[in-house]
Amino acid sequence: MNRRAALSLAVLFAFLLAAPLLLGNYGLSVLILVLYFAFVGQAWNIMMGFAGQLSLGHALYAGLGGYVAAGVYFHYGLGPWAGVFLAIAAAVAAGAIVGYLGFRFSLAGVYFALLTIAFAEFTRIGFDNWPWAGGSGGLFLKVERGVTDIANLRGGATMFYYIILALAAGTLMLCRVLLESRLGRYWLAIREDAEAAQAAGVHVFRCKMIAVMISAALTAIAGVWSAFYYNNLFPETAFAIGRSIEMTLPPIIGGLGTLFGPFVGAVVLTGLGEIFTDVGDWLHVPGIKQIFYGLALLVIVMYRPAGIWPWLATRLGFVERSK
Amino acid sequence: MNDFLLSLAQAVAKGLLTGMVYGLMALGLSVIFGVMRVVNFAHGEMMVVGMYLAWLAFDQLQINPLFSLPLIAVVFFGLGYALQRGLISPFINRPEHQQFLLLLAVATLLVNGCLAIAGPDSRGVQLDSQFDSYEVGPLVLDAVRVHAAIAALVITALLWLFFTRTRIGKSIRAAADNHMGALVVGLDVRRLYAFTFGVGAACVGAAGALMITIVPVTPFLAAEYTLLAFVIVIVGGLGSMTGALLGGLLIGVSEAVAGLLLEPSLKSMFSFGLLIVVLLLRPQGLLGRRDSR
Repeated sequence: MNRRAALSLAVLFAFLLAAPLLLGNYGLSVLILVLYFAFVGQAWNIMMGFAGQLSLGHALYAGLGGYVAAGVYFHYGLGPWAGVFLAIAAAVAAGAIVGYLGFRFSLAGVYFALLTIAFAEFTRIGFDNWPWAGGSGGLFLKVERGVTDIANLRGGATMFYYIILALAAGTLMLCRVLLESRLGRYWLAIREDAEAAQAAGVHVFRCKMIAVMISAALTAIAGVWSAFYYNNLFPETAFAIGRSIEMTLPPIIGGLGTLFGPFVGAVVLTGLGEIFTDVGDWLHVPGIKQIFYGLALLVIVMYRPAGIWPWLATRLGFVERSK
Repeated sequence: MNDFLLSLAQAVAKGLLTGMVYGLMALGLSVIFGVMRVVNFAHGEMMVVGMYLAWLAFDQLQINPLFSLPLIAVVFFGLGYALQRGLISPFINRPEHQQFLLLLAVATLLVNGCLAIAGPDSRGVQLDSQFDSYEVGPLVLDAVRVHAAIAALVITALLWLFFTRTRIGKSIRAAADNHMGALVVGLDVRRLYAFTFGVGAACVGAAGALMITIVPVTPFLAAEYTLLAFVIVIVGGLGSMTGALLGGLLIGVSEAVAGLLLEPSLKSMFSFGLLIVVLLLRPQGLLGRRDSR
């Protein structure tokens, strides 16, 4: 990382810290979305980008996390700072079950991905029929305007902004530490060639289990944050396959297995989404926003199949240009 | 009790007939995966496009979907061939997540193209035969379901003849069995792959034309059909033709019986439960071969 790169990082971080003062309501809400997707993308990236396990069912962990924290707050008045630990426990347990079954029965690639989808769908139908969680009618948290109650996460956009900023930045640091650690090296070895890693003495099963549990825990935190930010939860959206896919896009578009990829991908995807929403409103054709979105995905995967960040990193001086 | 048994038999019969069409849809996915190891994440979206085309032909020209089916299959073959040649071919040896993203983009374009053209309302066809039924012993079978199942069966038989009797069908199976060997004996594998994708697309297009006679179409059905096709081929055995058919029948019957016994919202829980059990205990599927993983 050269001076130019360090400088651009510092400017970016200063901007993010001061953003609520600089941006209006709309700008802040877009930035909140960017950071949310950067955060969940980073969490998913640990499993797929680092350890090479394709999960298409991460909505399971976000949905469970959101439902547990919102449910105990709604029914027993237990605040989200305590509830988040229950949420993490539930998601880690679910991740351990999916991971144990998938890895013990050595499902790989698409087969493992289908197992994760099946568990998420199974849980979605279960919550649809579970009265405690509100069933298919949904679970709603009381909205209190003009209050900032950090203990119960009731408040305006600025509070949620700083929380998601701290989460996204903290996870970036965590991922950096993980990637430099012995465990991180083991993950990369497993991702590249699980058999060779096993032969070299890596405890493949244990490493994969740790990856799925860390990833599920972080995703659960994102689920809690989003449940309290949006104040409502429906099984149809909380556990939707669309939500799982949404989490995979920032890292894949940004650069799988890279530290800054999820953030770059989240910026690009959220930016495109906002632009296409405006274009769609202007054209008055149903689905036109998604058509542009699909075209953009197509162009990116065809011309930058390894993601945008690896290419951008050389330009910005984060990586030495190969001569 | 007798009443219950009768309605159970009725549900099983209905499930078997719908299951034939499911089987044809899943066959397309299975053929594509079995030959080129690419998972078509846009399968349900293609199905929905087929349903819309058949609806369009009926709405504009009053053509019964059973008769527009051959044309739709031909159009789909062309589209599938072009899609494989133009977009998918460079991705054949790329990592799975890149293939996934590519087909996700294709799926998004297809389903929202339908939404932009036909709108979000559900579209169906009104046929005289929808009011007819056949009586087989004590059972009453909807005529449209019987027609669709027979058509699906005929198409499947033609496909079987294609893969076992024609030169190009045998070449495709050879390329699926041994990619290197096929290259060595001088087969044009890239063209065979495009042909395979065309055949897979024709299957799902035909299945769409049959399905529109049974249920109306909305763009939002697409993701459901993609998942359904996955469940069917995994249960039957990914890459196995008879497996896809058996899986289609099994899922068709289980949906119909679950619809009879359980709340409607719980009925797909059974399919996903079955998927999990099969993935864990017999990941090659009921009729798949072990080495085909």
